[in-house]
Order: sequence, then C-alpha cells, then structure tokens
Amino acid sequence: MIAIFHNYGSLLLQGFGQTLLCSVIALIFSLIIGSMFAIFETTPSKFLRVIARIYIEVFRNIPLLVITMFFFVVIPMFVAKINGFTAGTIGLTIYTSAFIAETVRSGINSVDPGQMEGARANGLSWWQAMRYVVLPQAFRYVIPPLGNQFINLVKNSSVLAFVAGFDLMYQGNVIASDSLNTMSTYICIGILYLIITLPLSYWMRYLEKKLA
Amino acid sequence: MKKLFRLVSVIVSSLALLLVLTACGSKPLAEQNVVTRAKQSNTITWGVKADTKLFGLMDVRNSQIKGFEVDMAKALTKQILGPKGKADFVQVTSSTRMPLLKNGNIDAIMATMTITPERLKQVDFSRSYFDAGQSLLVKEGSPIKSVKDLNHKGATVLGVVGSNSVQNVAKFAPKARVLQLSDYAQAMTALKSGQGEALTTDNGILAGMSVENPGYVLTGGAFTKEPYGIAINKDQPQFKHDLNHALTKVERSGQYNRILKKWFGNVPGMNVKEMER
Repeated sequence: MIAIFHNYGSLLLQGFGQTLLCSVIALIFSLIIGSMFAIFETTPSKFLRVIARIYIEVFRNIPLLVITMFFFVVIPMFVAKINGFTAGTIGLTIYTSAFIAETVRSGINSVDPGQMEGARANGLSWWQAMRYVVLPQAFRYVIPPLGNQFINLVKNSSVLAFVAGFDLMYQGNVIASDSLNTMSTYICIGILYLIITLPLSYWMRYLEKKLA
Repeated sequence: MKKLFRLVSVIVSSLALLLVLTACGSKPLAEQNVVTRAKQSNTITWGVKADTKLFGLMDVRNSQIKGFEVDMAKALTKQILGPKGKADFVQVTSSTRMPLLKNGNIDAIMATMTITPERLKQVDFSRSYFDAGQSLLVKEGSPIKSVKDLNHKGATVLGVVGSNSVQNVAKFAPKARVLQLSDYAQAMTALKSGQGEALTTDNGILAGMSVENPGYVLTGGAFTKEPYGIAINKDQPQFKHDLNHALTKVERSGQYNRILKKWFGNVPGMNVKEMER
C-alpha cells in the first residue's frame, strides 16, 4: 500500500484534486439550484410549481450515470464540445440538485404555516417572508439530511471515472491495471475518499449542534 | 500435543491418498498425443472466440460461429486429417481459453491470442497466422494519417483501461493525452461524440468496429507487431509440427489469401495486400 502511494503519488494526488474540485463545484451549484426549485415548489404560482415538479421528478428518477453519459456523448455531438470532467460535474450537479430540492422543500413544509402568515400580516412581501423568516428556519431543520446529500455527492463523483474525468476512481482503475495490485489500490482510493468525506461529516455535525 | 500429532497424521495420510489416486488414474487428456487421438476420432477441437467480429462471431440465425479464425481452423483440420477431417468448435473467452486447453477440453486455441514471452512459459505456439498490430481508428477524412500525427499537445487518443495499447501510445506519441474508457463500446461512443481524435487497439478488433460503424476507417497501418498464434499444450511436438506444416500448405495454395480477402477485403482503410502471404 505504501508502495502504491510511493509509485503513483502524483496520479493519486491529481485524482484527489479533481475529485475535490468536482465535489466543491457540484456542491455549491446543486445547493443553489436545489434551493431554487424547492422555493418554486412552495410558491403560490402554479406554473413554477409544475416546472419544479417536472425537473425534480425527471432528474431524481434517472440514474446518475445516464445523465452523465448524456452530457458526455450527446451534448458534444450537437451542442458544444465538453470534456469528461465538465460532463461529469454537470451531471452530478443536476442529479444532486433534484435531491437537495426535495430535502429543502421538506424543510420549508415543516416550518409552521403561521410563520409565513404572520410575516405577511406584518407587511413583508411573499419573497421577503420566505427569505428572512421561513428559509432560515427551514435550513436549520434539514442540516442532517443535507449532510447526507453532500456525502453522497462526494462519493457519486466517482461517476467521472466512466467518462474519463481523471478523478480518484479513474486513477484507481488505471493504477490497479498497471500495478496489478488491485486490493491495495482500492484501499488507497478508499482512504483518500475518507479524507474528503469524514471532515465534511464532522462539519455537518458541528453545524447541527451549533444551530439546532 | 496429542491433538497436534493427530492433525499432522490426518494431513499426511490425506496427502498420501491423493498421491495414490493421481498415480492410479490414466494419463490426463492434455498430456496424451493430440495427433494420435485426433486421427482416431477424426476430429480436432478448436477453441474460438464467439464475440469478435470478423474473427469469430456467433451467427444467431443458425447458431454457428463464423469468421476468419473459424475458416482457417477448418482449412488446417483438412490439411492435417485429410478432406474428411472434422473441426469441432468450442466458444472461449480471453479468461477461459487457457484453463480449457490445460484440462484437455480443446486441442488448440485460435482466439485472437498474441504470442508473448509470458504465454510461451505456459503453452506452445504455432507460427503466427495473422499479423496483428496496434493501429488507429479515425473518422473518415481525418487529418491523422499515422500515430506520429498524434504526437502533439492537445491531441487526445481513446483506449481501454488496462490494455497494452494504452501504454504503447505513451511510447509512440508521448505528447498526446490518453483517455482510458471501460470497454470498446464506450471508447467507440466517445470517438463518435468527438471526445478524442483516434481510437487505438489491435487492427483486427478495429477492423470489426469499422465494419459496424460506417464512416470510421483504419489509418496508418500497424505500428506494433503483435502476431496471433495457435496455442497448444506443451510437450506436443508432433502436433506443433503438423500445424506449422499445414499452415505452410494453406498459405502456399493461396487458400490463406482467399480467406483473408473474404473477411478483411471490404474493411475500409485495411491494407490486405500488406498482410497477404
């Protein structure tokens, strides 16, 4: 195992960097997009609700690999040339955002409707009430399930390996087939994923304690 | 102490029993003289691929395996056993062919198997019957004419993870970036969607892909030598001699070229003339 780190250190480091980069980008954008659709789902506007419903149901119920392959294969054919890393990150963002939308929506729904009514009665617009009264409370409720989504996102980033995104899993496959030392290689890869996910997990727990 | 003694005695006696049993059994199939056995049964059993286009592919309509290697095996059988000799075919894959040969289920392997020093430690090979080598598959009209055209920054070559051909690219075109995909179908899809300029592996496999995907052609010929040979068990000097002799006869009579042309004559970009014998 030490030999794997020693011989393939630069490949592992590159993979680690790509996985981290992809995870951070996907995390930020899926949180933004997901929250947006969650708000759409709870608006009084029927049009926005329908749009949000369609988006969530479609992307939540298609395998991540299919979405990613679509961006890797179909988009470059007809729209724009994008490489495996971009295709994988876009796929991961869209897929995760559908789950985050559902999580945040459940948070919004669990805020007492009286909060919204009270805010509106005090002269806030619907959007102001959502932004300053409902959402802060909703996010506090959903920190534990959101943490789950984030950890899943980091692990799901291994989908980049299938579209040659040079992430950890891709480098793992390359190293395993080159060194023929399959077990040690994948143990190394597992450890490197843990280095990303464990701090994330502890951070979410800390937030939960601090805010709840 | 007593327990230990009993354990040791059990192990020793079971080993002794095993030794007696193997000594009693007749000679294993793989060690019998293949030529004598084949002449008695008038049959040679060949291990061939059933999933490789142009070499050995199962025809689902009449469940017969068809391809270059199948035709060659039939021709060689006729040379060794006479015109009435029968060739039997058993489907093999890259991972099953060695065990099947070792335990005597098949007499010879003819399944896109490259002659390599590591394999020569385990089996014997006939002379090569197909000059395989690594080549490139590109979109028709591509500016890439040989592997040298890929040796610049920004060039992307597609391959399959863990294959030798990927390592060869690093030797012949060190500046090119290599994308390793999980299998040939994926690599072909990536080539079609423009994720790379060329797909690289054995010319034989590329020929099959080119036939299935019109608009994609082989280019630049073979830049490595990875000749396919017929693998047989070790200690079969007579069979090896007969095979090589039969191969020479098939080549001299022009039958080899006819079979070659039948399967590879229509592959765009494949230089059949270069491979004729």
